[in-house]
Amino acid sequence: MGRAKLPRKSTTIDMTAMCDVAFLLLSFFILTTKFKPSEAIAVTTPSSVSSKVAPNKDFVLITIDKDGKVFLTIDDKQKRETIANSLNATKNLGIDVPAFKSANFIGAPLSGLKSFLAISEENRKGNLLPGIPCKDSTDNELIVWMQVVNEAYAGAKLDLLLKGDNLAKYPAFKNVLVAFKKNNIQRFQMITNPENAPAGSELYKKSMSGEKQEN
Amino acid sequence: MAELDTSGGGHKKGPGVKKGKKLSTRVDLTPMVDLGFLLITFFIFTTTMSQPTAMKLILPDDKVKPEEQNKAKESGALTILMGADNHIYYYEGQLKPDASNFLSASYNGENSIRDVILKKKEYVRSVAQDPTNPEKDLVIVIKPSSTCTYKNVIDILDEMSINVVKKYALVDIFDIEEQLVKKSDEAAKSSSN
Repeated sequence: MGRAKLPRKSTTIDMTAMCDVAFLLLSFFILTTKFKPSEAIAVTTPSSVSSKVAPNKDFVLITIDKDGKVFLTIDDKQKRETIANSLNATKNLGIDVPAFKSANFIGAPLSGLKSFLAISEENRKGNLLPGIPCKDSTDNELIVWMQVVNEAYAGAKLDLLLKGDNLAKYPAFKNVLVAFKKNNIQRFQMITNPENAPAGSELYKKSMSGEKQEN
Repeated sequence: MAELDTSGGGHKKGPGVKKGKKLSTRVDLTPMVDLGFLLITFFIFTTTMSQPTAMKLILPDDKVKPEEQNKAKESGALTILMGADNHIYYYEGQLKPDASNFLSASYNGENSIRDVILKKKEYVRSVAQDPTNPEKDLVIVIKPSSTCTYKNVIDILDEMSINVVKKYALVDIFDIEEQLVKKSDEAAKSSSN
């Protein structure tokens, strides 16, 4: 019996189409990746088991770097303008409102705010700046800042975040808390890196049994 | 009229002139695809993994009068004190004048603060009068000394959520405790040298 001979097929596949798809996806991901904007203030945050994602817009962020220097970031540009105007009105600082509006963070005493805003954006580096004075309860300009922030956010929801460095000492943190308490701010969130609950702990058992974390 | 030579540069094929070997235009794209997908995976992972999380903390109101404040039962109270160089101390109930119940623990490993908290929890549960809410009396007081770091504070607050402690408070340290922490820190330092 003569069996019909199957024609031998080539094993090479045309990769061009696959290559096209791969690179299309690659360019998509490269373009959509939002790289961390070069941090002007270097901070390594501690980790926690909290699984709640930090808000990434319309926040007010207070940063404590490893030397305990305090910086303030206000995400909302409109609020920045309000704050600059109210500072000018109450403290008579004569700050440049457009410059304040474009400043990504504040890291100088009120008296040096004018010269701080005169520095170009690229040269504002956390390690070179004095930070907001927040030494103890008497010399604590953060109280003033939180007050104006509070006024600017009156009626609106204030997402207050605190981002501290691993190596920052506790007094720096405490002085920030003092500034919060003085302004009747009792709720805030601390930015951390996510980590898993240690195996065997109660929270671990809870999350294993499907209970949702409450916070 | 002469025809235009479109073949360009002296490749006029005459009889007996050897033809240049025609090279295949096909390139093996497999390594390129490999690389492409490797980069894709890299970008996929980096875009989703770096979301910072936030832990919530609610501060107590300082303006509440002392008589309106919640009183903690002595049997259910555990005070944790943090010192320099990741040292950690604790005492149960009230600090005795001779500081005999002032003990040291560690963040992890042997004699960890987690075990201390769990033991305390166990104890509170065993003496609880109200079976519906056996952990009602458990209160953990966190007192960071001025030498401890922000990381230490976060670690302890995190420990509270790991061990599902419902009641805890971040409280200012007393001078006497601060001194005690300092002394113990120094003692630990000199013994390790």
